[in-house]
Amino acid sequence: MSGLDQGKMQLSGRGVACVRGGREVFSGLDFAAVSGEAVAVMGRNGSGKTSLLRLIAGLLIPAGGTIALDGGDAELTLPEQCHYLGHRDALKPALSVAENLAFWADFLGGERGNAAASLEAVGLDHAAHLPAAFLSAGQRRRLSLARLLTIRRRIWLLDEPTTALDVAGQDMFGGLMREHLARGGMIIAATHAPLGIDSRELRIGGVA
Amino acid sequence: MTALSALIRRDIRIALRVGGGALIGVLFFLTVVVLMPFAVGPDLALLSRLGPAILWLGALLASLLTLDRLFMADHEDGSLDLITMSRTPLELACAAKALAHWLAAGLPLIVATPVLGLLLNLDMVATGAVALTLLAGTPALTFTGMIGAGLAVTLHRGGLLMAVLVLPLSIPVLIFGVAASQAAIVGPMTFGAPFSILCALSLVSLVVGPFAAAASLRHGLD
Repeated sequence: MSGLDQGKMQLSGRGVACVRGGREVFSGLDFAAVSGEAVAVMGRNGSGKTSLLRLIAGLLIPAGGTIALDGGDAELTLPEQCHYLGHRDALKPALSVAENLAFWADFLGGERGNAAASLEAVGLDHAAHLPAAFLSAGQRRRLSLARLLTIRRRIWLLDEPTTALDVAGQDMFGGLMREHLARGGMIIAATHAPLGIDSRELRIGGVA
Repeated sequence: MTALSALIRRDIRIALRVGGGALIGVLFFLTVVVLMPFAVGPDLALLSRLGPAILWLGALLASLLTLDRLFMADHEDGSLDLITMSRTPLELACAAKALAHWLAAGLPLIVATPVLGLLLNLDMVATGAVALTLLAGTPALTFTGMIGAGLAVTLHRGGLLMAVLVLPLSIPVLIFGVAASQAAIVGPMTFGAPFSILCALSLVSLVVGPFAAAASLRHGLD
């Protein structure tokens, strides 16, 4: 975990505006996050929490404003330094748990940890050879978390990360997030439920 | 390179497993070609004259059959988001996916051609010519088809739309593929001329297809 430890970085957005389907979701949004910090994006349904994460991930084009990363790896773009964990788990039912994880590790590249250790950390080591089709919703989520652990990236963009996780799973995930922050990572999570870690709140779209 | 080979290996593995698309195309090809002699009747001369066209039509439809899912499956499960964000340029990722599709779904069609040639009363030379033109021409079908597959992602129920968009683009491939096979069997044209054009069509689509597909995927981000 060498490369992760060094360097402060700051992610900042100025006057960010988002338009979806001709409707303005939010505009003039300013935000900032530094390494070692977790930001919980709060807001009612449809206020644009997911849109904000997708803007940062480069999966949406902002209608106005800029999003910039200071520090971090100058050779890589912002999306290339992010892990995006969306509503969908990016798993192939025909492949086994281990194959799914190995594919993303090979494809995404960069600094990687031990896949078997990641599976053990999320409690899926016993199911490594099971096709992903047989996993429950919570297990699928755990497998996506193993992806975050196996491929080391400093910025985690999490969209409702704790849905489908049981209480033990949420505790486990809280521990993983704390470890990530301690290593100098950054977490931006859209959530309704408390994250289970110390986090700063970013409210968008008025009062919840 | 590791990233691209990982993507190709994954797509082939999925296509070959139960419920994957590879077998569907070959079975469809088999069905179309096996039924044709029954529809045309027992006139062997007619059958061998129609043979190359039947094989080409079957291969064309079979390779388009599973192509609309090329990006749709990745879009539905969220993989496409991660592929778009990754360090691999989207154009290369698209090309890798199309190549994997051709290896898993196109190549088996060519392997099946000699067997099906027997049913259509084609001799060795004719079967060889058809197989060779299919080998040169089916990449063009896959790589032009991927443009339609890229558009289908943004438009729900894009399957039909894809057929409407892609079939006109595949007409030149069909014309020169059948022309080259006929030239080898009965003449009077030389085999070389239509075959060269067929190869050229494939090479052009290898270049244009990935860029067009990546552009439509980027445009359709939501």
